[in-house]
Amino acid sequence: MKEIRRTKFLALLAVLSLALAACGDDGSEATTTTSDEADSCAVESLNMVNPGQLTVATGEPVFPPWMGVGDDNFDVPESGTGFEGALVYELAAEMGFSDDQVTFVRTGFDESIAPGPKDWDFNIQQYSITAERDQVVDFSDPYYETQQALVTFPDSPYAEPSSIEDLEGAVLGAAIGTTSLDFVEDVIQPDTAPSVYDENVDVEAAMNAGQIDGLVVDLPTAYFITAVQVEGSIIAGVFEAQAESPDEFGLLFEEGNPLVSCVNQALATLRDDGTLAALEEEWLTQEGDIPEIGG
Amino acid sequence: MTGPPDDIRGPSLWTSIRRPRRHREEGARAAVIAAISTVAVLGLILWWVLSSEAWPEVQRQFFNPSHFMAAWPAVLGGFWLNIQMFAVAEVLILIAALILAMIRALRGPAFFPLRALVIGFIDLVRGIPIILLILLLGFGVPALQLPGVPNSPLFWGVAALVISYSAYTAEVYRAGIESVHESQRMAGRSLGLTQVQSLRYVTVPQAIRNVIPALLNGFVSLQKDVALVFVLGVREAVREAQIYNARTFNYTAYVAAAVLFLVASVPVARFADWYTERVRRRRQGVGGV
Repeated sequence: MKEIRRTKFLALLAVLSLALAACGDDGSEATTTTSDEADSCAVESLNMVNPGQLTVATGEPVFPPWMGVGDDNFDVPESGTGFEGALVYELAAEMGFSDDQVTFVRTGFDESIAPGPKDWDFNIQQYSITAERDQVVDFSDPYYETQQALVTFPDSPYAEPSSIEDLEGAVLGAAIGTTSLDFVEDVIQPDTAPSVYDENVDVEAAMNAGQIDGLVVDLPTAYFITAVQVEGSIIAGVFEAQAESPDEFGLLFEEGNPLVSCVNQALATLRDDGTLAALEEEWLTQEGDIPEIGG
Repeated sequence: MTGPPDDIRGPSLWTSIRRPRRHREEGARAAVIAAISTVAVLGLILWWVLSSEAWPEVQRQFFNPSHFMAAWPAVLGGFWLNIQMFAVAEVLILIAALILAMIRALRGPAFFPLRALVIGFIDLVRGIPIILLILLLGFGVPALQLPGVPNSPLFWGVAALVISYSAYTAEVYRAGIESVHESQRMAGRSLGLTQVQSLRYVTVPQAIRNVIPALLNGFVSLQKDVALVFVLGVREAVREAQIYNARTFNYTAYVAAAVLFLVASVPVARFADWYTERVRRRRQGVGGV
C-alpha cells in the first residue's frame, strides 16, 4: 500500500515537472528532472502481463469512432484508427513500446470488472470513471470528457427540445453501464423508466422498431450513429446539464496495478504536448452546430 | 418378501427417508449417517472455498450485505415482471402446444398438410436459439411498422417465448399421446366417436396425466428463460441486476436475483417430485402386476 502511494506521489511529481517543463522553452531540462521517474517507467523495469509487451484489452466488437474507423478497419483495433485506437499507439510510443509490441485482447464488459487476475495491462472501452467503480478497479486519469446527446428522428415530437422538461413524456433508451443511462434516470427523469440495452446497436434497433422515442449517448457516438448507423436520425441536441460528476473516460486497470502511474505520466505528456487534443480533433469532432438542451 | 424392496422406491428426497415401520431402526441409523456425511461434505467444500486467498475479495464483490440491500428493491420490482410474463406465457404455451400435438396426432391422408405444417413449425422453431428468436421478433417485426401490429418489446418477447416453448411442449404432449395404448383409441372409435372426439375424450386425458412431470419440468425451465427478454430492453430482474452491476461493478445484485429465481423454482421442482411419486404409488397400489 505504502509502495503504491509513493509511486503515485512520484507520478504526481513527474506530472508537475512535466507541466512546468511544457511551460518553459527548454526541453532538455524536462529530461533531467524526470530521469529518475522515467527509469522506473522504462519498458524493461515495468511489470507487464506479458513481459516486453503492452497488452491492451478492449471490447468485442469495437465501434467507431473509438476504434477501427474506415470500411476495411471495422473491428480492427490494430489499425490504430479511431480516437482510442490511435491513443493506444500514442501511449505505447510515449511509454517506449514499439507498435508491434502492442497486442490487443478482447473482453466483455463483465469479465473486465470481475474479481481475479487479468491477462491484460489495461482495458480501454469508454469506461466512465466513478467513485463506486474505483473501489473495485483502478482508473487512469481521464483521457476524454464527453457530453450527453439526444438522438431521435426528425418527425419525432422530441426532435426539438429546448429543455429537459420537454422530454418528460419521452420513452428513452440507453446502453447498460453507460453514464448516459445514469443521466436519463438522474437528470432527465422521464415519466417512463428508460429501456436498457446491452449495446448501443440494440438501442438503435429499438429506435428503428419504434419502441423508443430517442436514445441518449455520448456525443461522439451520437455523431457516428446519425452519420452511419441509423438512417435519417438526427442529433436533437446536447445536454447542458452534467450528471453528478462530469462524464470522463479512463483506462481501466486491475485494482492495485502499479502501472497506472506510468500510464498517467505518458497520458499527461500527451495532453501537455497537444497530442490528445489533436486526436480528439481528428476522430471525435464534426462540423456543424448542435443545439443545446437546457437544464 | 412382502412390500416393495427399498431400491425400487423413487429417488425423491423426502420419501427415501420415510421408511416402513419395520425398517425404522435401520432408517434412524441411515438418517444419522446421511446427516454426518452431509455435514462433512458441505464442510469440506466450504473450507476449500474459504481457504482461497481471494475469498475476502469475492465476498465483498458477490456477497455484500449493503449492496444486497441497495439492489434488492429494483431487482424485486423487476422480478414481479418476470412472474407476470411467466404466468401469461405458461398458459398460452400449454394451450398452443396441446393444439399442435393434437393436430400432429391426427391420422389419415386428408390431414397431411396440417401435420406437415405443424412438423415444419416445430422443426423450425426448435432449430433456432431462443435468444435469436426473441431478438428477431422483438426488433424485427416492429421495424416492419405494419399497421395494427403491436411494437411493444414486452409483447414480442413473451410471444417469442410462447412460440419456442410451444414447439418443445408439443413434443412432450406427443410423447404422452403415443404412450397411450393403441387399443384405447380403437375402443373410442368403436364406440362411434370421431377421430377428433376419441383424441379429445379418450387419448388426451390419459396422455396429459402421463406427462405432467415433464410439463412441470418445462415450467421450471420457462421460469428462468423469461429473463431472456431483457435483450429487448425490458427491465426484468436480471436486467435490473445487470444495471446495478454495471453501475457499481459489484456482483451482489446477481446473487439477489438468483435468490428470487430459486425461491420461485424450488417449490415447483419439489412439487413435481412429490406428484410423480404419488402417481407412481397409486398406480402400483391399484394395478399390481
